[in-house]
Amino acid sequence: MFGFFDRSRDLRTEGVWIAVIIVVLFASLRYDNFLSLYNVQTFFAYNSMFILIALGMALVIMTGGIDLSVGSVVALSSVVAAYASPYGIQVALPAGLLTGMAAGAINAFVITRMRIVPFIATLAMMLGARGMALVLADNKSVSVDWTSNFTKFGLTRVFGVIPWAVIIAAIVFIAFWVILEKTTLGRRILTIGGNPEAAKLMGVPVNRTLAITYVLSGGCAGLAGVILASGFGAGQPLEGLGWELSAIASVVVGGTLLTGGVGSIPATLAGAVLLGLIFNILNFENGQGQISLSAYWQSVIRGAFLLIVVVLQSNKGGSLFRRKAGQPTAEKP
Amino acid sequence: MEATPVLRMTSIDKSFGGIPALSNASLTIRPGEVHALIGQNGAGKSTMIKILNGAYKKDAGDIELDGNPVQFGSPHEAQLGGVSTIFQEVNLVHYRSVTENIVLGQEPKKFGLIDWPAAHRRAQEVLMRFGLDIDVHKPLHSYNIAIQQLIAIARAVSFDARLVIMDEPTSSLDEQEKQVLFKVIRDLSAENVAVLYVSHHLDELFAVCDRVTVMRNGQMIATHDIADVSKIGLVSEMIGRDANQIAKAGATGFGHNHAGGDKVVLELQSLSNGTSVQDASLIVHQGEIVGLAGLLGSGRTETVSMIFGADQPAGGTIRFKGKPGAFRQPAQAINAGIGYCTEDRKAEGIIPGLSIRENLTLALLPRLASRGIIPRATERELVDDFIAKLGIKTAGMEQPIRELSGGNQQKVLLARWLATEPELLILDEPTRGIDVGAKREIQALIEGLSQSGLSVLMISSEFEELIEGANRVVVLQEGKTVTTLEKDNLTEDSLLAAVAGHVDVAAE
Repeated sequence: MFGFFDRSRDLRTEGVWIAVIIVVLFASLRYDNFLSLYNVQTFFAYNSMFILIALGMALVIMTGGIDLSVGSVVALSSVVAAYASPYGIQVALPAGLLTGMAAGAINAFVITRMRIVPFIATLAMMLGARGMALVLADNKSVSVDWTSNFTKFGLTRVFGVIPWAVIIAAIVFIAFWVILEKTTLGRRILTIGGNPEAAKLMGVPVNRTLAITYVLSGGCAGLAGVILASGFGAGQPLEGLGWELSAIASVVVGGTLLTGGVGSIPATLAGAVLLGLIFNILNFENGQGQISLSAYWQSVIRGAFLLIVVVLQSNKGGSLFRRKAGQPTAEKP
Repeated sequence: MEATPVLRMTSIDKSFGGIPALSNASLTIRPGEVHALIGQNGAGKSTMIKILNGAYKKDAGDIELDGNPVQFGSPHEAQLGGVSTIFQEVNLVHYRSVTENIVLGQEPKKFGLIDWPAAHRRAQEVLMRFGLDIDVHKPLHSYNIAIQQLIAIARAVSFDARLVIMDEPTSSLDEQEKQVLFKVIRDLSAENVAVLYVSHHLDELFAVCDRVTVMRNGQMIATHDIADVSKIGLVSEMIGRDANQIAKAGATGFGHNHAGGDKVVLELQSLSNGTSVQDASLIVHQGEIVGLAGLLGSGRTETVSMIFGADQPAGGTIRFKGKPGAFRQPAQAINAGIGYCTEDRKAEGIIPGLSIRENLTLALLPRLASRGIIPRATERELVDDFIAKLGIKTAGMEQPIRELSGGNQQKVLLARWLATEPELLILDEPTRGIDVGAKREIQALIEGLSQSGLSVLMISSEFEELIEGANRVVVLQEGKTVTTLEKDNLTEDSLLAAVAGHVDVAAE
């Protein structure tokens, strides 16, 4: 059904789209205000941060790597952006973006030059960037300058409806999609993830390609940090805890394999949206007053949902399904 | 009266998604015999094996082991039941010790804990049966593939196997190691353990098997005593063509009778990498096919990876098109006009998650793309062209490459390099693990390319391929060029003598 998104990628991404559709249908029938302009705006404005880091994470995971530092880098960038806010968005945004890219560049250096596995390299950055954010912010929120145009950036709506954060996420989404489907870089990312040995022997510049992906991932986290600071009116050194795991979850829900070599940008978007929707629905449910779930329970439910989608998308889940329907399992000879 | 067969498979049917893979297939194996199962890729050999060892469930038919009906639920159950399988790629735990690999699943216990001294003794005993005296405490990966394979066989036999299935056991062995394996097989047979031997290499069957069963299109074509058949006869049964026709065409797809040009394309002088290559020299003229022969570990692959810039030489010179100097990276070699089809398709060739289209254009990408953007239409046109030219059998260019047969994968990889229009194509075991039909096609293709002026440096362990295909064969021994055999004195005997050198093959 959604095959045109993933020509040749040979992925099972239908599950995540169907889940998104079902959840949206369910919620729009159950809650009056679910499809209201306000809810849709708030939803995407908030989730644009998660979409951004999930997109960056998707590219990294497609190379067979992982970037555990994005949550901390969001926090660090938000602090830097808050400090730069008196100079206006035109300075604060590049400052946050460059902070993220710098963190990504350090990751890239450690991974490609010092030959440290991505898990460890980015774990170190996760700790380092968090510490750096706390040091810079002196362990408290850093208020943004309310007189500059920085706060306006968080509040203004393009054409009166679309938040700037959403525009940024949309641009990155389209750019990454084009990169993956149409460019040498995208092809190289998948080649490295699929078979690093073969990639080297085909003249693929492995280190350069890996470096670019980690810098892009860091850049995404940097943009998310700018959005965070402008949206909350403060640089938040303690925000972004566990966000890297949400990003990984979005990528996995989107059908991208953690082993690398395959993956889909649109399905990653769908994965991030799906995880956000569950959160959104739980808020509505609490708002109706029938049940009251604490944030802790929300996390449990999100975890369960993640597992269900992933199992449905894996081949095992598929065959589980088919067997229930009374058909023999298909094996490949 | 004939003894009860160790295995009797009767009227086995199996289909995948409605497509029959086996129909009415039967196989009988006598106790202690070495029974070959041959057929082209897709003939149903692996399906037959997998049904026997419990990896697949049969749709219909009966399996009897020593006269008792059996139905194994998994290869492990089959192993406990007396049927062990040695897979093509060694299927052991690389980072654990040899002992652990052998006793895994049947560890000797003392007070509920593993009795390590006893385990090491047991492992040592099992290996000694095959004349393998190695340190069983060392991790498996510290030994070469041949020894790992013997360890896998030792493990199989230690389960009191009645029947050992070997799927292409020699694919990573050199001539000498093969002889060791054959001896082990004969020992097994002497101990009344039957062997089901699956191989593409017909020569091996005549060396070690008692009987042979030929499969084609999921059916059993015939079973012969090995003494009653000829190689040509078996090939014709496998591919279902007339025997005379094959005899005329030779044993390979090569019919080499053209000489190369005078222009020197590649020249190596005393090339060395400091370790496995010491003194490699060779010359490739334009339009020539030059063979590179040698045992495993003779430095063939290491030599070509220096030519391609994947490794750096420590000494000696490389001249490509007259220009001296080694390439620092494969990308430079590709730009200069060299293509390199690696030995191990799976590990170093295909990108499994990508489509045929994407795999095919990988080496060409820098030239195909403008400012990093790949022009989709041009790319599709190019891929279409190669699929047609090379006769790649596929459901379409968007099919993932891993779904193709070995022969078609290899054609895609060849196309990957041909697309870059190289002047020198390095082929490392271009037809390994490919069925007979596709093999001949690929050989004919290589021949055609060289006739149109492409220079080819071909590493091969198949003597037929070298003898019929190459203008000249350079023989390496322990990283040194020991001799170069010109077309005139290139025979099976001269090649064997040169490759084996002072190593006495017959002694094993």
